[in-house]
Order: sequence, then C-alpha cells, then structure tokens
Amino acid sequence: MLATVEYKDIEEKIERGERLSREDGIRLFNCSNIAWLGAMADKVRREKCGDIVYYNVNCHVNLTNICTSHCKFCAFGKDKDSKGAYAFSVEQALAVVWDAKKDPNLAGLHVVSGLHPDWTFEDYLERLQALHDEFPELYLKGFTGVEITHFSKISGLSIQEVLKKLQAAGLKSIAGGGAEILSDRIRGELCPKKATAEEWLEVARTAHKLGIKTNASMLYGHIETLEERVDHLIKLRDLQDETGGFQTFICFPFLPKNTELGQSIKQTSMWDDLRTMAISRLMLDNFKNIKAYWVMLTIPVAQVALSFGANDIDGTIHKETILHDAGATSPTSLSEDHIIKIIRDAGRIPAACDCNFNILRRFD
Amino acid sequence: MTEEEIKNARAKAEQGERLSFQDALALYEDNDLLFLASCARKLKEKKSGKNVYYNVNRHINLTNICTSGCPLCAFQCEEGDKRGYVMETEDIAKVLADAQKVKNLGEIHIVSALHPTKDFDYYLNVVRQVKAALPDVDIKAFTPVEVVHFSQMTGKPVREILEILQEAGLSSLPGGGAEILNDRVRKKICPKKATTDQWIATIKTAHELGIRTNCSIMYGHIETIEERLQHLFTLRDIQDETGGFQAFIAFPFHPANTQLSHLKRVGSWEDMKMIAMSRLILDNIDHVKAFWIMLTTPLAQLALGFGADDLDGTIGEEKIIHEAGAKTGTGTTRERLRALITEAGMIPVERDTFYHPIKEAE
Repeated sequence: MLATVEYKDIEEKIERGERLSREDGIRLFNCSNIAWLGAMADKVRREKCGDIVYYNVNCHVNLTNICTSHCKFCAFGKDKDSKGAYAFSVEQALAVVWDAKKDPNLAGLHVVSGLHPDWTFEDYLERLQALHDEFPELYLKGFTGVEITHFSKISGLSIQEVLKKLQAAGLKSIAGGGAEILSDRIRGELCPKKATAEEWLEVARTAHKLGIKTNASMLYGHIETLEERVDHLIKLRDLQDETGGFQTFICFPFLPKNTELGQSIKQTSMWDDLRTMAISRLMLDNFKNIKAYWVMLTIPVAQVALSFGANDIDGTIHKETILHDAGATSPTSLSEDHIIKIIRDAGRIPAACDCNFNILRRFD
Repeated sequence: MTEEEIKNARAKAEQGERLSFQDALALYEDNDLLFLASCARKLKEKKSGKNVYYNVNRHINLTNICTSGCPLCAFQCEEGDKRGYVMETEDIAKVLADAQKVKNLGEIHIVSALHPTKDFDYYLNVVRQVKAALPDVDIKAFTPVEVVHFSQMTGKPVREILEILQEAGLSSLPGGGAEILNDRVRKKICPKKATTDQWIATIKTAHELGIRTNCSIMYGHIETIEERLQHLFTLRDIQDETGGFQAFIAFPFHPANTQLSHLKRVGSWEDMKMIAMSRLILDNIDHVKAFWIMLTTPLAQLALGFGADDLDGTIGEEKIIHEAGAKTGTGTTRERLRALITEAGMIPVERDTFYHPIKEAE
C-alpha cells in the first residue's frame, strides 16, 4: 500500500498473512510512519474480526487494596495501616454491585484485588461465591494470574485445584492483568514479590486446559526496552499457539503518578500508545481481540486506537479505582450511550458482549 | 455515494491528485482513517519532507470586551462584565518587557475582541509599540474580522486600513475568524461579525498588498459535513487566485462556556480525519498546522502522522481557547516541542512567521 521501501518486505508478509519474526517486531518499533503501521494493523483487524467493536456493561469490584507485593508501578496497593486502606466484607462487596445494578443493562463483574496479608483463599472464595449467589445473572470475570498464584501458595493447593474451586464458585473467565512484562529481569526490579513470568504463564496454561478462557496484557512504558516488549508479545503468542485459550490482549501504558517508579519515569505519549497497539495486533496474529482500554489510554486515544488494530474498548466499569489512584485523567465510568457514540463515530458497529465475547446486543 | 465513486476518490488521494468536492465527500463517507492518513502524509512529505515546524511566539489578547457576542465564543464579554479587561499601554509594555527576554522570539501574535469604544488608533498604536520594543520580531496581528471592524469604525476602506497597519509594522495576518465561510452558518454562530464575502475580500486585499496570511476552519458545531468540506474548497479557490495563504489551521469547536454549550466536543477520530482531509483537499497550501492548544499535545503530535507539519508555538499565555474549557497548559517550551516532533520520527525546524528556518535554534 504505502510503505516506505524499507518496510516493503514486512508489508508483503502481512499481506500474505505470514507470521512476523522477532526482528520484524523490533523493526516495527523503529518505524516512524505511524499511519502505515496503523493501516496495516487496521487491515489485519478488518480481515480477522470485521467491523464489530466489543464493549461490556460491567462493574469493577476491587475487594481490597491491601497488598503485600508492593510493586513499584502500582499506586493502588496499600499497607494494612495506611490511610485509605480497605478490605470489603461480603456485605460491602455486594453493596457495590447493588449500586451498579441501578443500570438495568449491567451484565458482568470484573473482580481484581490486592494480595491481602491476612486473607486466606477461602476469604476470597467466599466473596466470589456470595457475588455469584446474589447475582447469578451477572457473569464473573476475575482474578489475574498473580492472584491465582498467590492463592495456590497460601492454600497449598495446586493451581489447577485453585482454578477448579473458583470455577465452582461461579468464575467464568480470568482477567488479563499481572502479566506486566513477562521477563524476570523486569519483574525482579519492579515486582519481585509476585508471580514470576513462568508462574503467570502457567496459570494461563492450566486455565486453558480446564476450558477457562483468560485474557492477556502488557504493561509498557516503564523500564523495559523495545526488544523486551517484542519478546513479551512473542511469549504470549507462543502460549496461544499451544492452547488457544486467550480471548483478548490489552495494552496498559504505565501511569506514573503516585507510584514509586513515577518519580523517574514520564508517561508514554499517544504516539507510543498507538504504535504499541498496532504492533501488538500485527505480532499477535493468533489473538482474535485487541482491547483499547479507555481508562488507561484516555477516551481520545482509545477512539483512534480503533483504527490501530483494536476491536474492543472495555466497558462502562461503574467506578474505576486502581488506575485513578495512579492519576488516570479519564472519567471513572462511561455511560453505555457514550461508548456507543465513540464506536459509531469511528464508523464501526457497537456490540455489548459478556466476558467470553458472546454478543448480547448489537447496534447496526 | 457509489462504490465506483469511492474507488476513484481513493485512487486520486493515493496519487496525490487534486480532489473534487464529490471526491472529498466520498472520502469522508468512506471513513478509512488510516488510508486518509497515509495519503495525507505522502502529500505532506512532498511539500515539506520530514520537517515539522514550530516557532517561539507570544500571544497578546488585548481585550475580551466585544460587541459581536458570537454564540460560538467563550472569551468575549460585554462592557461592565467583571471578567472584562482591556490592556493599556503600560500593560502591553510589561508583556513586551518579558518578551524581550525570550531567546530567539520570532513572532508576536495579537488577536482580540471588537471593543465598543476603543478606536482604530488604539490598535494601531499597539502595533507601533510592539515594533518599537521588538524591531526584529514579526507581528502577526488582527484577523479579517477585526480588520473589517476597523474599516467600519473609521469609514476607511479595508485596503487603507491594511496599508496603515503594514506601514506601522504588521507583517502578516492570522487565520482566525473564518469559522465556516457560509452565511447560513455564520448567522447562527456569529451573526454580528464579518460576513463570508467580507472575510474573503479582506484576505484577498491583504494578499494583493503582499501581506501573507493564514486561514482556518472552526468545525464541529452546527455546520453540515457538506458545508465543512465546501469551506475547504472556498479556501482552495482563494489560494489558486492569490497564493497568499501560508498555513491552514483546523480548530475543533470547544463548546464549554459558550452559548452552544449543549453541543459536544467532537471526538479525536473526527479531529484526525479533519487534519488528513484538509491536507488532501488544500493541495495548494504549503503548511497544515496542528495547533496543540486546541487539540491537546497528544493529538497534535499524532496529527504529525496525519499530514500536519507545524505545531504552532510556545505561546506564553493563551486566553481565548482556555475560556472555552481547553485543558492544555497555556504555554510550552522549545525543548518540549522538539521532543514531540523527534519522537514522531520527524525533524524539528524552528521557523519565523514566514517559515524560514532559524538556524541557531539547532
């Protein structure tokens, strides 16, 4: 189409539907022709998933922000005695959802929390079960690979046993967070106390074997190199080749405000966000969905990202807290009408879905 | 629009051929944002290679007390309003004293309201004062709307007004006040100020006198897509005739605090589409500016991938758009602008008003 001579070979590969190599990925990160990158990702997106853009009407439930892992990129986690620390009782967790239920279209919950020093696996399980019993009509997506690894360690159960118990309590799919960059160099520096790269991948692999779909993500824009971003994407692609259990991939730009790391690192630019989105679409050739998570990207970036390979814009959320603690400037929730308008203005078809991408309603 | 028409329009855009109004409509409807971006970028590279321009400038908004009461504006107020202000000689002297300290200051940009009692001499003396304080700095001042107002106040023809201002040191006109050059739209968004014909006649007269100008669009309010595109073709026709436009600027409408605050700010998709479409349609205008104050810095940077080749300047203190709820800072630094351009894979070029590179900025 309009590639410069330098990238002609990559363009041809993309047109033939051929897999891109690690070297290709690194070259793409050095390409300044963002319109071409976007056009390539957009073409792949159109062929693979058509014009539908998924969103969900959901509510985030963060059971506690008390967390033992003290990750340097996190502004949400607190110590037990810190100001603003909280841990929901069963009743408090239910109350959050009752409030969100005022929206008659509410379809699901996204449950992600801190690694509380005193809670047992049963404490988490009890809350999940209660949510499921009280709201059986809402789909439950929750717990990242990091939390599930933690549950296995504190309970002595295997990953498989933990997952089975969560599944029995109503869990339908697993959230994509906690992958950060799947490199032990990075994890050693930023989040040494939580699941390693291999542990995170093992949770996803085990879940996929049990038939539980999971999501994947990348937290970028901190201390990682561009090569490490590419390697991260390839690790996810390899596992997807093996299991096919990933549903969507989410790009998380690091939000530095209020984090330990933020003192030395600036927030990524829209330019970086969009090329990373496009390159993720191009590298992750075996992922159907790529999410433009508006909370982190901001609404303007998320909308344009729909033409940089994304076909998913996340949800209404009800009240986002984890990233707003890190200074996210986006609103803490969006109305469904607003999401529909954002998608339509981008010339695409909005479709509300559940946590497994089953379409509930579409607006042609 | 038939598929055939869209196909033809796409082929023309890809080849960098001149677009017809029908082609533009077809491309708009086709809505293939990244295709538009690719074509626009190709055209930009033909015109200015990898260069992206910025300048070191200062804005002066002399007064916000305005007789035109445009529904689209959040800056203006009536006389007696507690928000009202007018800068007198000593206020301007303070700003100029600060400006004298700015390294490599290239331009003073003066745009103001149509004050009910300040006469033409007031404005003229400001130009003289700036020229005296900063003899080497370009003065880009007064939109055609203000020039028409001066002409009406004094009874002097526009040509004479422009000659007097030129004599006093004015070197170019900014591109504002064009809004949408369509009187149906102007009657609703700015009924009391220069009409379409007056705006065009003033611009053409300036060009005849050798005064270069910019031009602009204010989009995303009550105009139809056809009116919006037609506006761009009107500008292209003027440029064919005179060649006096240096840069085009697309202003998204900021509704907050205006009489049209029930409208919503258009999305980033539309902003980028406008940049790319403008670049493609205005094939005879050298530069397309992504005005960071209006777009926000991230979108302005992104616009560099959609055909824009200018980020405007460091600005100092901007008042007009901030009254309408713009959340950008009121100034930025040379270093920041250069970094944005470099990250986009382009070459930052500090320029004067006339797009001559300033060498010592490297």
